[in-house]
Amino acid sequence: MATVIPLFRKAPPVKEEWSACLAALGQTRDRADYARLFEHFAPRVKAYLVRLGMTPANADELAQEALLSVWRKAHMFDPAKANASTWIFRLARNLCIDRMRREKLQFYDIDIDYDAPDPDERHGGEQAILATRMAESIRALPEAQAQVLYLSYYEGRSHSEIAQAIGIPLGSVKSRLRLGFDKLKQLWGESS
Amino acid sequence: MNIRHHLDDATLLAFAAGSLSEGMSLLVASHIDRCTDCQTRLQQAEAVGGALLEELAPVALAPGALEQVLALLDTDAGKPEARPAAPAPVQYADIPAPLAPYLKKSLDELDWRTLVPGVRQFDLRLGGPGATRLLRIAPGLSVPHHGHRGNEMTLILRGSYSDELGRFQAGDVADLDEQISHQPISDSGEDCICLIATDAPLRFSGLMGRLVQPFIGL
Repeated sequence: MATVIPLFRKAPPVKEEWSACLAALGQTRDRADYARLFEHFAPRVKAYLVRLGMTPANADELAQEALLSVWRKAHMFDPAKANASTWIFRLARNLCIDRMRREKLQFYDIDIDYDAPDPDERHGGEQAILATRMAESIRALPEAQAQVLYLSYYEGRSHSEIAQAIGIPLGSVKSRLRLGFDKLKQLWGESS
Repeated sequence: MNIRHHLDDATLLAFAAGSLSEGMSLLVASHIDRCTDCQTRLQQAEAVGGALLEELAPVALAPGALEQVLALLDTDAGKPEARPAAPAPVQYADIPAPLAPYLKKSLDELDWRTLVPGVRQFDLRLGGPGATRLLRIAPGLSVPHHGHRGNEMTLILRGSYSDELGRFQAGDVADLDEQISHQPISDSGEDCICLIATDAPLRFSGLMGRLVQPFIGL
């Protein structure tokens, strides 16, 4: 049995301001706003890429590419559909998959804002509040469930690899993931 | 589309994390394309990824990284991207949009290879561990009883089959792991065509299964 990784150190700052900042960037294309977003997110995206197994030099380059994409796509960000950290996570993940696989598959993009009016206008700040509560809930998960979530997202390990790494059956990896995700999903139930 | 069988939460989490193989990602994307229930759960799984991104200890970039990017903002490399056009209308009703670029023709025009009488396959040849293929099973036929060493996902494109777990029709997905052993039977008046992605070889249990395994190579 591998030792359990200490996961979540301290409460992160509230993320609503980042969603607002990213939404504003889409309208104003203000370089100072952009620099603030870069300073906050680029080192986190780099940390994510390094955990996925990239060398620091490659991670630097790809983090820069991801943040350049943030600039190029900011006008498509809709705070009613996702918060800034989820949006940037998805962007970095897709770049990383492209880079590692050079594949034909277009990653399914659920929040994509096609060039058409959205009939279903929703209340804005909801996603950001949800993100804050989600971070709190992840920290409150039992260590065993948080660990498999973490290994899955941030070391890019497959379920079988996680099973080997921590010495439990594949079925247990999946049931821990399901249990953890169930708890997090209750948030959506409560917030809607 | 009336979808009754959905993706496992553990699979959606792996998809959101980007840790599924290309073949399995393709299958998941093909199901999600037409399943609003799984679309919602994927959004939730991606929000978990976003929340975890905030939790990571930041790693500083090399000095000058911000300045390098700032210098690009006003060049062509920094031009705003156009919003993507709405996706092209599907050409064949039984091929989900994410799968279409892999096939480039209708299901009936594919170069099917006969495995055993009544069972044909089309291998997508994606490489990597496991396999990704289409299987076409004549009505009334069954695939030999088998279990799985890893995960096996099946998405029905046309027709239907039944096994110990229930009846699976177009759009349904069977998301199985090593604990499940089953024997699907094609059970409607037309061929059952499904997309199958595995991350390890299947384990056939009966004598018949063990005899055909080397030939089917599933």
